Amino acid sequence: MTIAPQGTNSLRTNTLRDGPNDRGRFGEYGGRFVAETLMPLVLAVEQAYNEAKADPAFDADLKHHLTHYVGRPSPLWFAERLTKHLGGAKVYFKRDELNHTGSHKANNCMGQILLARRMGKTRIIAETGAGQHGVATATMCALFGLPCTIYMGATDVERQSPNVFRMKLLGAEVKPVTSGAGTLKDAMNEAMRDWVANVTDTYYLIGTVAGPHPYPQMVRDFQSVIGEEAKIQMQQAEGRLPDAAVACIGGGSNAMGLFHPFLDDTSVRLIGVEAGGHGIETGEHAASLTGGRPGVLHGNRTYLLQDDDGQIIEAHSISAGLDYPGIGPEHSWLHDIGRVEYVSATDREALDAFQLCTRTEGIIPALEPAHALAYVTKLAPTMKADEIILMNLCGRGDKDIFAVAEHLGVKL
Amino acid sequence: MSRIAARFAELKRQGRGALIPFLEAWDPDHASSMALLRGMPAAGADLIEIGMPFTDPMADGPIIQAAAKRGLIAGVKVADILTMVREFRVDDNATPVVLMGYLNPILSYGPERFCVDAAKAGVDGLIIVDLPTEEADLLLPFSNANGLDFIRLIAPTTDDERLPHVLNGSSGFVYYVSITGITGTRSASSEHLEAAIPRLRKATNLPIAIGFGVRTPEQAGAASRIADAAVVASALIDTLSANLDADGKALPGAVEKVLDQVRGLAAAVRR
Repeated sequence: MTIAPQGTNSLRTNTLRDGPNDRGRFGEYGGRFVAETLMPLVLAVEQAYNEAKADPAFDADLKHHLTHYVGRPSPLWFAERLTKHLGGAKVYFKRDELNHTGSHKANNCMGQILLARRMGKTRIIAETGAGQHGVATATMCALFGLPCTIYMGATDVERQSPNVFRMKLLGAEVKPVTSGAGTLKDAMNEAMRDWVANVTDTYYLIGTVAGPHPYPQMVRDFQSVIGEEAKIQMQQAEGRLPDAAVACIGGGSNAMGLFHPFLDDTSVRLIGVEAGGHGIETGEHAASLTGGRPGVLHGNRTYLLQDDDGQIIEAHSISAGLDYPGIGPEHSWLHDIGRVEYVSATDREALDAFQLCTRTEGIIPALEPAHALAYVTKLAPTMKADEIILMNLCGRGDKDIFAVAEHLGVKL
Repeated sequence: MSRIAARFAELKRQGRGALIPFLEAWDPDHASSMALLRGMPAAGADLIEIGMPFTDPMADGPIIQAAAKRGLIAGVKVADILTMVREFRVDDNATPVVLMGYLNPILSYGPERFCVDAAKAGVDGLIIVDLPTEEADLLLPFSNANGLDFIRLIAPTTDDERLPHVLNGSSGFVYYVSITGITGTRSASSEHLEAAIPRLRKATNLPIAIGFGVRTPEQAGAASRIADAAVVASALIDTLSANLDADGKALPGAVEKVLDQVRGLAAAVRR
């Protein structure tokens, strides 16, 4: 893979791809809002990342591991039966669920674990929602023989028990977090508290394009392999770029990875699908852009679900991976400038799409990309048969079958 | 001269350091925390730090997390915290009051409006945990314009090269976070403090307070002598939370028990 070009001190006008600026800002979003104890650590990660990016040996090492361990490139699949069923645009899946560990999270974890090793760190911590990032982190830690602690909300430990067991098998310590609603937000709080207390040996491996600079940029760069491959694969399959690229959004790492290489290709509509939970109108959702406003949480300024007094509101989604009241700062900027359209899909719509994908394509998607697919089922019929939708199928759904069975009233 | 500068100057004449007890606003309810605030100066508080509850207090341990939660359940808003200070100022125009909190509620209130209203209410300084010097321009112009001291946190991870950068624009006093960790979890050794504080002295003429991990009268006394002030938070919240009923309501005498503890701490800094 090639790593995306390094950010410069000012945003050029002819590209949307060279953010953030030297303060870690995408427009007015991003930044480094952490306690002083962590600030030197965050600066050290930034410096190490910039050095690694400039080092061809780092890129070669990453490429080697992505090819032979993660299994890249992931295929591009024309979902023919689904396309016929929907009756409209041709739907292609970028098959990132076929990565080792079953989701796009492996791309970022591999990049960051190599960076952590380069920095001489000997202990890894991470937060996880659905457990996909936790499993990917635990996997890389097993591969490199590093001890790892994964913070996971107690609610999520409950609803994603297969992933909890996987992490433990991989040798990780899984710490359930009971504060707040016991979901991803609370896991991230607790991981930051751990980092503050273990400043010398520990590397915090953030799983999404959020957190203090340089994480939003770094995670985006590591995930951009998705869009870079897809761009080439679309040319090979259709001789042109897609008309629309669609991805689900919790923190937004798979979407940012898909979108970033396409940002300057104005013919490609980019559509991010947030988790609508029980419906935006009910207030029980995880759609930060649709239902939130800018604020500061977890080290960055971005759109957040919050009340009138700036207190953070608990998100709700059937998908533990999307159940987060914030979103990566670059998405907030892309929302404001209108380059990416942000929509939402409800729990119910995601469940329907989950089943549709399983039956028409023989692929059990994770509940997260089922949200993206839910929107694709609405979008495709409105488009012409010679138009193309590219959707990131960012994770497989084995981990979700118990939760889905419960929602469908099936006893296993 | 600001209330904070005046108070430290006066203590210097007395030849002792300051005790800065902490309370979380509306923990567990408005009346109790108001009684605590009003009672603290007589119990020996030299300055007072009021915690502004936030749903996601990332630098705080379980004790202050629980206090923030109780305050939020009691319904406290940013405006209510300023009202507490305004009411306190009716009887006390000398004891400096510092607000400690996280950025988002202030951003939501409006950074300029917050500084104007806080200064009007009688607040003397602000400690914003998640606003490092790199991002300080979000608030600093407004705190300066309204005469509020912008109190910086210095951590053991802040090296000599970074110190001047962090101290740039700081006023009132400097808050030394004495451990790498969250509040209420562990304490710094006096060897660590005896090395750390002179390092800080070389970089600033401002008074230095030591916080995080100062729990006992002995620790408070030592910290106030090594530096210029000791902040005690979790130990006081511990006492308060031990005097709540099963529903989180304050038991009779709860406030007095916390004030007794403040008296014990105050005696230690006067020794």
